[in-house]
Amino acid sequence: MLSVLGVFLAAVLYFVAQKFKVYEDPRIDEVGAVLPGGNCGGCGLPGCRAFAECCVQAESLDELFCPVGGNALMASVAQILGRTAVEKTPTLAVLRCGGSCEKRESTNQYDGMASCMVAASLYGGSTACRYGCLMLGDCVRVCTFGALHMDSQTGLPVVDEPLCTGCGACVKACPKVLFELRNVGPKGRRLYVNCQNKDKGAVARKACQAACIGCGKCVKVCTFNAIALENNLAYIDFHTCKLCRKCVPECPTGAIVEVNFPPKKAVDATPQPINHSVNS
Amino acid sequence: MSKTFSVGGIHPHDNKISANQAIENLPLPAVAYISMAQHIGAPAEPVVGKGDYVQVGQIIGKASGFISANIHASVSGVVKSVEPYPNPLGNKSMTVIIDVQGDEWMEGIDQSAELVGDINLSGPEIVKKIAEGGVVGLGGATFPTHVKLSPPPDKKAECLVLNGAECEPFLTSDHRLMLEKGAEIVVGTQLMMRALGVQKGYIGIEENKPDAIRHLSKLVKQHSGIEIVSLKKRYPQGGEKQLIEAVVKRQVPSMGLPIDIGVVVQNVGTALAVYEAVQKNKPLVEKVVTLTGRSLLNQRNFRVRIGAPLSELIAAVGGLPEDTVKVVLGGPMMGESALHLEAPVLKGSSAVLFLSEQETKRLPQSACIRCSKCIEACPMGLEPYLLYKYGLSNCVEELEQNHVYDCMICGCCMYTCPAYLPLLDMMRFSRNQVLAIMKNRPKN
Amino acid sequence: MVKKLLVSQAPHLHGKENTRRIMLDVLIALIPAVLVSVYFMGLSALSVFAVSIATCVAVEYLIQRYLINGPSTISDMSALLTAVLLALNLPPTSPWWMVMIGAVVAIGIAKMTFGGLGNNLFNPALVGRVVLLISFPVLMTDWTVPPSIFRVGADAISGATPLGIIKEGLAGGLTMEQLQGAHGFSYQYLLWGKIGGSMGEANAFALLLGFAYLLYRKVIRLHIPLTIFVTVALFTGILWLINPQQNADPLFHLLTGGILLGAIFMATDYVTSPMSTKGMIIFGVGIGVITVLIRVYGAYPEGISFAILIMNAMVPLLNMYCKPKRFGEVIKNG
Repeated sequence: MLSVLGVFLAAVLYFVAQKFKVYEDPRIDEVGAVLPGGNCGGCGLPGCRAFAECCVQAESLDELFCPVGGNALMASVAQILGRTAVEKTPTLAVLRCGGSCEKRESTNQYDGMASCMVAASLYGGSTACRYGCLMLGDCVRVCTFGALHMDSQTGLPVVDEPLCTGCGACVKACPKVLFELRNVGPKGRRLYVNCQNKDKGAVARKACQAACIGCGKCVKVCTFNAIALENNLAYIDFHTCKLCRKCVPECPTGAIVEVNFPPKKAVDATPQPINHSVNS
Repeated sequence: MSKTFSVGGIHPHDNKISANQAIENLPLPAVAYISMAQHIGAPAEPVVGKGDYVQVGQIIGKASGFISANIHASVSGVVKSVEPYPNPLGNKSMTVIIDVQGDEWMEGIDQSAELVGDINLSGPEIVKKIAEGGVVGLGGATFPTHVKLSPPPDKKAECLVLNGAECEPFLTSDHRLMLEKGAEIVVGTQLMMRALGVQKGYIGIEENKPDAIRHLSKLVKQHSGIEIVSLKKRYPQGGEKQLIEAVVKRQVPSMGLPIDIGVVVQNVGTALAVYEAVQKNKPLVEKVVTLTGRSLLNQRNFRVRIGAPLSELIAAVGGLPEDTVKVVLGGPMMGESALHLEAPVLKGSSAVLFLSEQETKRLPQSACIRCSKCIEACPMGLEPYLLYKYGLSNCVEELEQNHVYDCMICGCCMYTCPAYLPLLDMMRFSRNQVLAIMKNRPKN
Repeated sequence: MVKKLLVSQAPHLHGKENTRRIMLDVLIALIPAVLVSVYFMGLSALSVFAVSIATCVAVEYLIQRYLINGPSTISDMSALLTAVLLALNLPPTSPWWMVMIGAVVAIGIAKMTFGGLGNNLFNPALVGRVVLLISFPVLMTDWTVPPSIFRVGADAISGATPLGIIKEGLAGGLTMEQLQGAHGFSYQYLLWGKIGGSMGEANAFALLLGFAYLLYRKVIRLHIPLTIFVTVALFTGILWLINPQQNADPLFHLLTGGILLGAIFMATDYVTSPMSTKGMIIFGVGIGVITVLIRVYGAYPEGISFAILIMNAMVPLLNMYCKPKRFGEVIKNG
């Protein structure tokens, strides 16, 4: 009796399963298998599954890029789908604030909720620099790859280069927009202005010893026209910069930072730039 | 029988230490910093330049836009510069800085203490004079008074409620005003009632100020239409919606304004400013500020020229007390903390409060134990614990579904939270975020 | 030197309440019940308390120290409170190892696996009790009480709970009148007497004293206990009116067993009870109904622990659907 019932129910289940079967492109699973599975949102889609679906359904892969897996991953996705992927230069997050505890004196103590977003909605921060890092670590909390940690000495977040995938979560999380995705650079060599202060030189300098004061010396010395000065703040365009490093000794406050370059004898006389993102 | 509101509320110790200190005039400051952004709405446009000589009461900033207010020179002297100057929280706004020379008032301003009780102006004329006088809501919200007194044509005001609750702990400036300027406040009330074309006015006062209730009750006897309402001591009794419910037993609908149910609320300090602007031609250049704090030796109520730096007020009470770690402008529940003491007194500053580390320093947070004390305390009937959780994970849709926009930022939830969670810090942020989204959403 | 001022958003003041103080208040409210149980049941009761407290606190500390590597929350006294409540829910004769198992289950499984204080779905002490009740039914219903140390030579207390006696008696064909007469279950006895049962059930008056203190300190609100009492009274009252010979009267039900302990101290646990007033009332009614169902029709003589745990599971749902009444909601413009 029971076995008859069992067979009957099995048959019912089978037909129901057949009737309500949802067709799913098997390639979605295939693409999903090569994705990192971190669900970081760096591609602009909600999670890796959504990215896989999008890849399968999209006409071309031009608009889609997984910053975590980079070119190698996109190549394998393209292979699965029989399409071509665009090559993109790998990027990583760079903090553009050198206002460590010792360079930037605090003028008050923040006693509110430990969140950069909340603090930024109240006021300019616990130092005189209204553009600098709030040191409350929103970026660390949003990083799904554990590539950020707060340095207890400087009070600033530190990007762990090998772990950073350039997903851009920290760029979105920082209320002061201090992070920028920049090209990793040849042999990891990078050159950038380590400041976002748009105040006039004297004000900026008073607030922070490491501030860009907008003097324009770096702009004059640059032979490739890669440095622009806007709102009292210099910016090095990493597409045009040839990493010649002429600007580094020019900077009176050491706000231009060079990373992963071999030590150079000639620059000894100039103020030592802070190499905070060098791996230790 | 004292009246009160129906939902939530807390009973913090009222600490009205300075209640018996009569209002004194603070000596003129050496320099006045008069900000162009002292009200809600568009900042005023400065109309004076460096080197100009200005007199007290002269317009130095013109209202720009519908919701805006005129700014007047509160001192006489030479304009030193017009530049962005940091407000108490360090955020900069365009400020006219005046080097004070003497005390020259504009012609036509009646500085005498004589009471001018006869009203011979029509409603629109009164509103015009209020707008010229740069009067804004002095309860702290600094909403331009003339805008509030001209409701949109499709809405009709039925009564005026005057806020004399002063429910924030420590503050006593409104209390002193009601005692010393009671007659003027009553005239100011009549002026606003005429401007609105209403026959009924209420003055709500918390029962911890029995002398003010007695004094004003005596004064309004000969004026029919104005009634003094005694209110229970409970925070936030002076919140606009709470006050209306306590006085007229009607609830302002969610997302609505008091005018939706025919009520206009004004502060008692505003009533005095209205009286002075209309009857005495005296624009809003002075403000009564309470200087208080438990560790202060002599708490005071000062009449201060707007734009005087805080440091001069603090010097007048003998300097910053030794154990002060936080200086708050306004009451302890909703006031702003100041980070530098060269900041000026603004139209909305009602007090300078000195708090010690023991009183104000936040203690380490622990986990939410879902005690529901925040729900009990919330005067808007929200669930702060839930909104806090949603806020942390930035769930904007859920925040809206749970009516975060109704939050009135009174601080009751955070005051009661036994886990010391920063409920309001998060909710204030979420609320502004959600309100911005709702504002930008296309209406269907 | 310029003073560096503190800066934060409002409010700048905080009330006097904190988690530790709340836990302490509940512990204070439990003191009468603890003293009474020790007085009636002597050293064995004391040892149950000691083992329970030591184990609960140790388990919480060890888990936080070595498994989570997080900060310790021992100082908020929540583990201590769970331990005392667990002990009050056990018979005084419980062997030490059984108490330890209960404590490990309460803290280790019911509390810490859910994420510690504030995140547990079920009341930890009750989970501990129920696990023990199901695992060691004989030991958990052995109410033979050793004579008290304070009155040497006095008779040992009768070995079963009034509820158990009634249940068995009724099943054996006796009537309520005969049972009450035979065992002397007067109301005075139930209120003051040393009733057989778990340690917290010994004296109703001690529990009511704690109830008064909690209400005075505003630690708990009246809603949950009151709705439980009213529901139980109504439900059993109807049954009693239908057939007084086969059903105990409402007051008997209220004063016996764990209703008082459960309604006052266990159902009102902040973490595992609903947030809104409406939710609290539904929660209380649910507990009352389930308790009576189990007592009258179920296999166990007492059912409040199960009732509370079942309703604990409903709390997230109640929180979702029972929202507090908002200001300005009623007269929303249509």
